[in-house]
Amino acid sequence: MFDTLILILDSTVRLSAPLLLACLAGLYSERSGVVDIGLEGKMLGAAFGAGAVAYLTANAWLGLLAGTGVAVGLALVHGFASITNRGNQIVSGVAINFLALGLTALLGQTWFRQGGRTPSLSGGGRFGNIELPFAAEMAHVPVIGPIYSELISGHNILVYIAFAMVPLTWWILFRTRFGLRLRAVGENPAAVDTAGISVTWLRYRAVIACGILCGIAGSYLSIAQSSGFIKDMTAGRGYIALAALIFAKWKPGNAMWACLLFGFLDALAIRLQGQEIPGIGQVPVQFFQALPYILTVILLAGFIGKAIPPKASGVPYLKERT
Amino acid sequence: MTGTPAIELRKINKRFGSVHANKDIDLVVGKGSIHGIIGENGAGKSTLMSILYGFYQADSGDILVDGKKVAVPDSKTAISLGIGMVHQHFMLVDNFTVLENVVLGAEGAALLSGGVSKARKELARLESDYGLKVDPDALIEDLPVGLQQRVEILKALFRGADILILDEPTGVLTPAEADHLFRILEVLRDQGKTVLLITHKLREIMAITDTVSVMRRGEMVATRKTSETSMAELAELMVGRSVLLQVEKQPAKPGKTVMKVDSLDVIDSRGVKVVKDVSFEVRAGEIVGIAGVSGNGQSELLETLAGIRKASKGTLWIDGDQTNLGETRIDPAEMRGKGLGHVPEDRHRMGLITKFAEYENAILGYHNDPKYAKGPFLDIPAIKQTAKAEIEKYDIRPPNCQLKTANFSGGNQQKVVLAREIEHDPTVLLVGQPTRGVDIGAIEFIHKRLVELRDAGKGILLVSVELDEIRSLADRVLVMFDGKIVGERGPEADEGELGLLMAGVEGDAR
Repeated sequence: MFDTLILILDSTVRLSAPLLLACLAGLYSERSGVVDIGLEGKMLGAAFGAGAVAYLTANAWLGLLAGTGVAVGLALVHGFASITNRGNQIVSGVAINFLALGLTALLGQTWFRQGGRTPSLSGGGRFGNIELPFAAEMAHVPVIGPIYSELISGHNILVYIAFAMVPLTWWILFRTRFGLRLRAVGENPAAVDTAGISVTWLRYRAVIACGILCGIAGSYLSIAQSSGFIKDMTAGRGYIALAALIFAKWKPGNAMWACLLFGFLDALAIRLQGQEIPGIGQVPVQFFQALPYILTVILLAGFIGKAIPPKASGVPYLKERT
Repeated sequence: MTGTPAIELRKINKRFGSVHANKDIDLVVGKGSIHGIIGENGAGKSTLMSILYGFYQADSGDILVDGKKVAVPDSKTAISLGIGMVHQHFMLVDNFTVLENVVLGAEGAALLSGGVSKARKELARLESDYGLKVDPDALIEDLPVGLQQRVEILKALFRGADILILDEPTGVLTPAEADHLFRILEVLRDQGKTVLLITHKLREIMAITDTVSVMRRGEMVATRKTSETSMAELAELMVGRSVLLQVEKQPAKPGKTVMKVDSLDVIDSRGVKVVKDVSFEVRAGEIVGIAGVSGNGQSELLETLAGIRKASKGTLWIDGDQTNLGETRIDPAEMRGKGLGHVPEDRHRMGLITKFAEYENAILGYHNDPKYAKGPFLDIPAIKQTAKAEIEKYDIRPPNCQLKTANFSGGNQQKVVLAREIEHDPTVLLVGQPTRGVDIGAIEFIHKRLVELRDAGKGILLVSVELDEIRSLADRVLVMFDGKIVGERGPEADEGELGLLMAGVEGDAR
């Protein structure tokens, strides 16, 4: 039983990592007042870019760089539409999702002729798992041993980056000048403008930060978790991350717990697939897949506290005429 | 005033599209003084100050600070020139602490800790120097507006402002808070700061300023030493003596009472009582004018009677039909059903949907009338017929009912609204600022139509900030000040006397 739990928690960590990265990406963007429904598209674009370049160069780090580059590029498109041209942020985000979905499949097929996949990666093209020191020695210690050697040790570098981003993001938001301004611009951009700070540049920086994290999240999928890009491999994770962001009330610490919860549900679904639960019978996988959304809707309906988004999120900034 | 002025503006011009918000503005503000700028809403005061603060760019003209010609391309430059501004709508982040708001944009270094502890010390110093006490760790949203405003002042002082601009600072304050603010401003002046106070309230100008400049319709019309002027003179300068348009009309033959308002109170969204115990009646065949400097509750009164705003207390009779407005909220459609027409003050915001065609606008609010409907569908030919008839009767140009109303001139837009309301045969017509932004020709036409409507035995309630309009149209003039009706006069009343009433200097019905 304990071993099963450890196994489920272990895959929870693996499944949560990309959600967490995407969720934090959304956090930067939305805290600055730019709603980003395009997390999904940016992740997908990054997954493809990373898969393709990692295959061509057989270097995971170059793959990560490429994936991040693609996501930042798409983020800048979103920024140009919604910050510079004050367009509708939802429309721009949805457009990016469709663009990424279609373009990755098309380019994948054109370049690699494997039905939209990128060729399988091996060796240096992937991020391997890292054994933390003394993992093997610790494995036999009761309780703490398996937790350390199975749960904490043995993940790839991006997982550790994802979880390290949580305190880092908190620190940036609440302890630095950039963070103060970022939070301010998402609440009242006019206050930032009258303080003599450029709203546009600030929001662009937030959107770029969002792109970088989405890039890592997408790369994780294709060159760390799997060994290559598969068509539509994000499979709605961008939307789950967005749900997690709302669930987390736009706070970094909460974001981690929300993503772990959603990752846990995912892990449970995989574990329970085709298995009878005593007294209940077989629970369809779809139930677990729907749970994150159901929980978010319940949250939004006000049953679990209140989720108040940054006041200016989704609103393009325009100096009003008196 | 001696020495170099703190600020000098020369020939400032600013246009927003077709609106000339600032025309050749000259202004000299002496160092260490409190200089008031007074004018009605829309006179261009806030625009001028936003130009000085770098929020907008002037189309032409020079700005001199401390005698040196400067360019103010953005607020950052204004701040570095020692100009601070307290905006009418506070530029604060509600869920930040006082301290965070104060340091925003002036953090010092990339990490917050140093700047924040410096700001904490600085706030303590400002508190002891100027008596500006506020808890640095309180969240803005938990503070009353008076303290929020104090945070705005602290923000400016923290940035080293020597010149402080306050835009309508007392609009959101209680009288006690306003008095406190004035004491703070006096302390600031005595410590050598220059204060620019923008307001439309005469009382404040008289109470606190050393010098006052009057703006009207985008122009700077006069500058006076406060000690050498009077409220009556300023009121007259503000409202202005535009071309007196004499309206030909017979003496009114008032009939039975068609509208009666009793003890009406209105509280606005900020919780401020804006209409206070207002009672009056309008009879058939007369025009009752409500005069007053804008912002004294006339707009709210009109909106409440039209059903747009909720009253907290009061009774309304329309043609004998009684409604307790404090208990039941009547929506605008029901008000129309009772025989009330409404020409709103702001035709763009409430009178028209400018993106809609003229014929669609011609039935807005009356679209449920069976005349225009075939079951659930609109009877477009019937609507267009109505629209065409109105275009002809009211000489609306261009005579094309398919055109979006956005493409009509101000005067013709106003005629569209007026035609719609008059042609649906109201018992009482509420008219707000009927000729604001309307050319002379249309003004004459609109005035004539209103007199005709009166002669047809309808009651008209006219709210206007143009004193001349009130005097030439109304058969009785009620003056509103600070939410109350402070006096009633005949249309022949002396302009100076009305000016004093409008300024709240003397009232006979308080």
